[in-house]
Amino acid sequence: METSIWRALLYLVGIMAFAGLNAAYLGWCERKGAARIQRRVGPTEAGWAGLAQPLADGLKLMSKQLLVPDGVDSIIFRVAPVLAMIPAITSMVVIPFSGGIEARGMELSVLLLFALASLSMIAILLGGWASGNKYAIISSARAVSQNLAYEIPMLLTVITIVMISGSMNLREIALDQQGGFWHWNIFRLENGHFVIMWISFIIFFICSIAETNRAPFDMTEAESELVAGYMTEYGSMGFGLFMMGEYLNMVVGACLTTVLFLGGWDCPFGKTPGVWWFLIKIYILLFTVIWIRWTYPRTQIYRLLNLSWKILIPFSLAILIITAALIKVF
Amino acid sequence: MNEYWSDIFNGSKSLITGLLITAREFCKPVVTERYPYEVPTMTPLFRGHIELIGNEETGQPNCVVCGLCQRACPSTCISLEGKKAESGKGKVLTRYILDFTKCSLCGACVESCNFNALQFSKEYNLASFDKNDYIIDLLKRLEDQNQCKQ
Amino acid sequence: MTVPVNLRHDETFVLNLGPQHPATHGVLRVKLTMDGEYIVKAEPVLGYVHRMHEKMAEAGTFAQFMPNTARMDYLHALAFNHGWALVVEKAAGIEVPERAEYIRVITVELNRIASHLLWWAAFLLDLGGFTPLLYAFDDREKIIDLLERVTGSRLTYCYMRFGGVCNDIDDEFISGTRAFIKRLRSRMPRLYHDLVTHNIILIKRIKDIGIVSKEQCRRYGATGPVCRGSGINYDIRKNEPYSVYPEFDFDVPVFDECDSMARYMVRMHEMEQSLRIIEQALDKLPDGPVMGKAPKMLKPEAGYYYSAVETARGSFGHRLVCDGGKNPYKVKLRSPTFSNLSLFGEVAEGMLLADALAFMGSLDLVIPEIDR
Repeated sequence: METSIWRALLYLVGIMAFAGLNAAYLGWCERKGAARIQRRVGPTEAGWAGLAQPLADGLKLMSKQLLVPDGVDSIIFRVAPVLAMIPAITSMVVIPFSGGIEARGMELSVLLLFALASLSMIAILLGGWASGNKYAIISSARAVSQNLAYEIPMLLTVITIVMISGSMNLREIALDQQGGFWHWNIFRLENGHFVIMWISFIIFFICSIAETNRAPFDMTEAESELVAGYMTEYGSMGFGLFMMGEYLNMVVGACLTTVLFLGGWDCPFGKTPGVWWFLIKIYILLFTVIWIRWTYPRTQIYRLLNLSWKILIPFSLAILIITAALIKVF
Repeated sequence: MNEYWSDIFNGSKSLITGLLITAREFCKPVVTERYPYEVPTMTPLFRGHIELIGNEETGQPNCVVCGLCQRACPSTCISLEGKKAESGKGKVLTRYILDFTKCSLCGACVESCNFNALQFSKEYNLASFDKNDYIIDLLKRLEDQNQCKQ
Repeated sequence: MTVPVNLRHDETFVLNLGPQHPATHGVLRVKLTMDGEYIVKAEPVLGYVHRMHEKMAEAGTFAQFMPNTARMDYLHALAFNHGWALVVEKAAGIEVPERAEYIRVITVELNRIASHLLWWAAFLLDLGGFTPLLYAFDDREKIIDLLERVTGSRLTYCYMRFGGVCNDIDDEFISGTRAFIKRLRSRMPRLYHDLVTHNIILIKRIKDIGIVSKEQCRRYGATGPVCRGSGINYDIRKNEPYSVYPEFDFDVPVFDECDSMARYMVRMHEMEQSLRIIEQALDKLPDGPVMGKAPKMLKPEAGYYYSAVETARGSFGHRLVCDGGKNPYKVKLRSPTFSNLSLFGEVAEGMLLADALAFMGSLDLVIPEIDR
């Protein structure tokens, strides 16, 4: 692997640009998508079809005063939003966008991604606790129990994939699925895996929605009960960074789902693999996440934890055992 | 145990149905009206603030300054004054002020008038930064309307 | 969640579900003493929107109180107009022509559907589903447009007078209403029931939450969908009939489960029954005048008069005390939401915060009506 400075700089700029554009324009997509589902138009005034709306929002947020209330823990209060963004951008370093585009592949990239995901959960905890606001503390407590409960089925499903592919390197996992959609992990037509892999995909998808605190699992920012949850005391760019961090976590979740289950940069018919297929797949997944958000009401905290501990974990454990048996037998 | 499985099965079915319904709504046209590019027209009975009705030929208000509207109003919005007419009979209106900040659009004034002097206007664009814009001089409004007609 | 919890009464903190909050529908303050996420004690504090309507009634004549009635519960304003018109007509002995009675019933039932649609939208907004709000408001816009054609106002109607109504309805209103009935009937099964009522997330969220027993309803005097969701079959339109309701054939939905799901289903069925009433009224609409003979200055005989109407939230009662003059001597307004909200303090003990908010949403609160 080349270690020239130009390659590093190019990737740095590229990843920051990708992250920045996604964080901003995913908000635009969400507002337009929500509006169309609700049979109204979304933002239209700022720029053509509202495309300058994220810029306008960013400018507005930056021009506001960053209010730091009196009773907060001054260092942690300021650090928490930044900590929410860091894991998401850092995760993009190991994601293989295509055969040739990967900032730095490493043997244990799956492990790295999950370690960084836990770090973003800590950011929410710190943000809520440092605010010193009762609503924020309740919300962070909910966030911690939710994230903990949903990391477990996620990891069990990923272990299943790692067992099938034989490696923890994301690039190797993606390479293992090249050649058309019948090789993708979600279908996996060999060795009888196809019976259960799609269940695994659904479990992983639900867990990724829950990990990023998106509806219907967004009790941490339940607007009608807790005003804004852990973000209540934040104004200006503190709030902006939390929102951008949430969108970037969604993007990283979608990238991970694509690489693990949908074949990464592979074309469905095996003809012309490339980075554009990767982008198409992640945007389809992101649109589905937006679609789900605007269809369902919020779950209740104990139902949420019930779903994880009583339904998702037994199913993913069963799939793990069945997959291990199938690998041993065939 | 049965409930567990039926929950999962029926629950997933209901979730997918919900998604399909919103997907269908996504493809349907927009139902909102793009104000201010598309402006609504008010129905005939719409209640904007009241205005004076002028005589067809002379353009003078039909009001004879009886004061019934002032007495009927629950919120004391109306204040009017008149002076003796030149022909000696009856009164002529010199001042009619409506304090719209207190008006509740109940219609008691319009119904109490026996001389067909008041009606509801169709004004709905009533936003302003200044409270004095809501102390409406209805005589002046009638004069402006007469001038526009000519 | 009906598992009783050991609440630690010494390690509590006070959370203010303050006067400014997105989920309390209006300006309501609830002082919650909480142990973690469980509510140990709930105390609603009222009076933030008290505007002294009863005193205003004493200061003006009978006709001058009519606009006030719409401002109390602005969502079902026509029923409140109706109630005041009924009690004064009872006091002064004014006869109302038949066509006016039918028009009153049609407009009141249309307004009831609009009120229930807004309740449905706001309830789901509290629970986190934003889209049904827009679908309900699409239908509600049609109702409000219809009522605007007839009354001139969109929300706070001052349409009824002593002796009838002030404007007649025209053919466009009748054809528009029939088209609306058809449209709502076609949208209900899909957009209202398939998307929301049968959704597993919603069912798990409101089933077995906020159990209000029959006995509790009786003790607090809860009426309307709250008591009908607990198995008490009491509807003023059937039990103490007024106006021309005896001529219509409609059912009163009563559910026995006593939880929030039962109250939800009562209101959804009530919307369908209101559609039935409107259809029958449009078919039977007689010709004639819309305003009966009423003196310009009303001076009813001295005495005590009471009349109640069934609004979307329960039984709204007016108790009028006349002393022979042209102003009422005293008007007492019995607000249904006040009695419904009093249940909250007792039922919310031991509930989780989000469940308590779901319960409050199912009670259908409009705070200006409580505070008058």
